Amino acid sequence: MCETCGCNITPGNEHLVRGDGKLARTQDGRAAVTVLESLLSENDHQAAHNREHFDHLGTLALNLMSSPGAGKTSLLEATIEALAGRLRIAVIEGDLETENDAQRIRAKGVPAVQIATGSACHLDAHMVHDALHRLDLQGVDLLFIENVGNLVCPASFDLGQHRNVTLLSVPEGDDKPAKYPVMFRAADLVLCTKSDLLPVLPEFQPQRAEHYLRDVASVAPFETVSVRGEGGLGPWLHWLQEQLAAQRARLATGHSIRPAIQPDGARLHESRADPPAPRHHHHHGHAGDHAHHHRVGQHHD
Amino acid sequence: MHELSICQSLLDQVERIAQDHRATRVERILLRVGPLSGVEPALLRNAYPLAAAGTIAESADLVIEAAPVRVHCKDCGAETDAAPNRLLCGACGGWQTRLISGDELLLANLELTIMDERHTAS
Repeated sequence: MCETCGCNITPGNEHLVRGDGKLARTQDGRAAVTVLESLLSENDHQAAHNREHFDHLGTLALNLMSSPGAGKTSLLEATIEALAGRLRIAVIEGDLETENDAQRIRAKGVPAVQIATGSACHLDAHMVHDALHRLDLQGVDLLFIENVGNLVCPASFDLGQHRNVTLLSVPEGDDKPAKYPVMFRAADLVLCTKSDLLPVLPEFQPQRAEHYLRDVASVAPFETVSVRGEGGLGPWLHWLQEQLAAQRARLATGHSIRPAIQPDGARLHESRADPPAPRHHHHHGHAGDHAHHHRVGQHHD
Repeated sequence: MHELSICQSLLDQVERIAQDHRATRVERILLRVGPLSGVEPALLRNAYPLAAAGTIAESADLVIEAAPVRVHCKDCGAETDAAPNRLLCGACGGWQTRLISGDELLLANLELTIMDERHTAS
């Protein structure tokens, strides 16, 4: 993450940053600079900024990730219908091309901004930041960020969301968590979608999918849902209400949350109370239109 | 797939640090990358020359150190090696483990050529 809070410092590399702070010299006289910054520090910095924006407005932001065609947009359409009149929702849609998904969401009466990434295989925190300038979140309870359909790249980029939801649809096969461990490890909730197809696809065994998920040491709940028929979204709607209530309670005490696992680890924040001395100037690479700071005491569970 | 954008982000960081130290050249860049970072070292290496062309780090050696996948077991306390898609405890087989290494995507170290300060001071 960021060098100011020291979250890059692990027990394994701590010895490298301790010392007198002078530049070491290699044998041939070059200056050796220990950096230990995430390669995604610019992105992570912007993501922290986005998260503060959500927290300021009391909006819970959820990042939806899956393969193309796993049913992210259908899930959102059904969710909007199910929560109509109870929760206010907004959506950011990411696709390589077209406004199709944003149009589907707007047809349900919910504000939606489309990010067309061109050829980029994932959303990043800067794209989401730009989209936020086109989306009024005042009074919005839930912001869904529908990532580009891709089980690889989106897992590496923090967008500022509070929770990651990964969808695995029945036609994809139940061994996806074993094939795409980076993605499934990042999930705070795994939704097995299109469960209405289970009777015609008996080779997909939800228990086996969950078993593969546990193999990547995930403690995320695994829920089976369907947008067809009555009551197929129960566990998902329950999870949303629970997460929103938990986030409201955290915000009331000045805390927020990040996804349980985001590359370069939230886990590293918690083990370290004192930030290390700054090693060099921390350049803020984004337009400085909002003052912000690194929130201390962020809660991770 | 996203290795080129990672390289661009890497070079932004490298250029900033080189500037802070008034370096004239970046000689060597050491990264530490784990298999669970979602980044493929070979693709990163291929993307690097494209991203670095025309920068202060154009001719730098890009050294990528692989981080091993290691887990700590919450049940038995053992620290063991693991496969990226099977993060179970190597001692007791439990799945309640915490990753202690393997998802790093770090710029660890830079070697720079810096103008000698004794000459510039006079």
